[in-house]
Amino acid sequence: MSSMLTLALSKGRILEDTLPLLADAGIEPAEDLQKSRKLIFATNLPYVRLIVIRATDVPTYVQLGAADIGVAGKDVLLEHGGAGLYEPLDLQIATCKLMTAGIKGQTAPASRRRVATKFVNLAKSYYAQQGIQVDLIKLYGAMELAPLMGLADEIVDIVDTGNTLRANGLEPRELIADISTRLVVNQASMKIKHQLIHPLIERLQAGVAARTQAKSQ
Amino acid sequence: MTIADRWLLPDGMEELLPPRAYTLEALRRKLLDLLAAWGYDLVIPPSAEYLESLLTGVGKDLDLQTFKVTDQSSGRLMGVSADVTPQVARIDAHSLSCEGEGIARLCYCHPVLRTRADNPLSSRSPIQLGAELFGHAGLPSDLEILSLMLATLEAAELDQIHLDLGHVNIYRTLINQAQIDEQEAEAIFAALQDKRFADLDTLLQAYVECAQVRAHLTALAHLHGDMRVLEQAKRDLQGAPESVQAALVQLEQIAHWIQASYPQVTLYFDLAELRGFNYHTGIMFAAYVPQWGQAIAKGGRYDETGKVFGRARPATGFSVDLKLLVALQELQHPQTHQRKHLGVLAPVQAYTDAQLMHKIRALRAQGERVWVDLAGEGTKAHPACDRQWVQNAQGEWVISPL
Repeated sequence: MSSMLTLALSKGRILEDTLPLLADAGIEPAEDLQKSRKLIFATNLPYVRLIVIRATDVPTYVQLGAADIGVAGKDVLLEHGGAGLYEPLDLQIATCKLMTAGIKGQTAPASRRRVATKFVNLAKSYYAQQGIQVDLIKLYGAMELAPLMGLADEIVDIVDTGNTLRANGLEPRELIADISTRLVVNQASMKIKHQLIHPLIERLQAGVAARTQAKSQ
Repeated sequence: MTIADRWLLPDGMEELLPPRAYTLEALRRKLLDLLAAWGYDLVIPPSAEYLESLLTGVGKDLDLQTFKVTDQSSGRLMGVSADVTPQVARIDAHSLSCEGEGIARLCYCHPVLRTRADNPLSSRSPIQLGAELFGHAGLPSDLEILSLMLATLEAAELDQIHLDLGHVNIYRTLINQAQIDEQEAEAIFAALQDKRFADLDTLLQAYVECAQVRAHLTALAHLHGDMRVLEQAKRDLQGAPESVQAALVQLEQIAHWIQASYPQVTLYFDLAELRGFNYHTGIMFAAYVPQWGQAIAKGGRYDETGKVFGRARPATGFSVDLKLLVALQELQHPQTHQRKHLGVLAPVQAYTDAQLMHKIRALRAQGERVWVDLAGEGTKAHPACDRQWVQNAQGEWVISPL
């Protein structure tokens, strides 16, 4: 399969923003990804196929070589650790912020802090860098509920508009990282299939640059 | 305790069953013979040593990977070997120091243990086979080790080999020129390793004052691809110090030689590849096959690491994981690996008939496999037999094909 490229795309909002970028780079799915229940899709290019998976699975597929290239949020990559991956391109889509948040008006306790998040690795390293000792609670969704129910003093989560936080009486506190969607490449694929991958990265990069320029005008 | 608690193996600790175990053993013998034919002497280092020996020199990065136990007789900490290379470096620097300053060629094949798997599919108990060459600095020894690695992969019947070549001195020279502090250098190093081009640009703008050094480091990040990369590097890194130009010339010489002697191998260059940056001092290389998402063999130059053991010597070497090679053989040649290890079936009279037993012994001495059909189940219960002993009309035992 060294003449075939497999691209792993993150489901959901990232997918909506990724498809136009792929189209600019000359890759069009053979059918509508949003409507089909299939998991593997052919494209107009005979050597490119797409798989559509959960965002958190993208780094794993690419790290282990099950996909050559992936599109995933920086939040997911930071949590995964990124071992075995190259991250050559910031696609500058699905941008948001990774932040700590807590109940409005309350300050974080001076003693050991309880933090609820789905990004446990990332949170562990962030608080360690800040010199703060924390107990981490892994949750899979509705982070905002944890401080309200007294489960946690603080949460670490993605903040887009901040509306969900506000609606639940929470406020954002510290910025951990600006998040955008990145193109990742398996290291072995980059070496073995460089003749296919390098031009694709260049085309995507040109597309991203054109969009940034159009936005700034 | 449930039954599952008794049979369950720890993550990344695998057993080898028939026929794979024998395939691996046959490959081990074949590869040790190959290494011996190239003049490499076998060493068998201990499974555990004092931690200070294991975690110095080439072992600097192995702290987290090493299982540690307290030696009850001395109270000191011992580590279970996670990589044989530092042990062989110690053997050359100390145990064999009486052999003089000549070239030492050493090889090994030894199981190692690792606390963490590199990824969910990799083993924590690889069988590491490798060769190390001490006492020679320069192109010929680099070429010898590189050729030996390719010969090893060829003997393991692996094809579609892609060879990745790099040289650690290019980055080392450029970053030294940048005159930045350790933390800044680490951030640049991490961005370069992950090929985060945009982040790298931002970091270089922030930390590196000299425009030419900045331009060189930016260019370096993009210098990966086929042979043309070397030409590109000469243009992009013009004005860089002599050691950078020397590294490029060395890579070019190696590339020409590999092309001429191993034309089936596809060459790839990544001048920003910095694996093992802490101890590598020259050429670095790794082999890849399309069926596997990580390197299958790695090596490179690591001069002077024996200094901590009392003798600094030029050194270069490579290693592979035998378990991985066997798994890849099966992936690349599934038909060949379904072949059974064939032999002859003998009736249970073998243990009552002296004439038959004598003949069986003679055949086994020739290396043939012979089963005695203890329960009289016949050839169906012994699917790997392709012949059997039968008695002819004269009452003699003869081998008859099935």
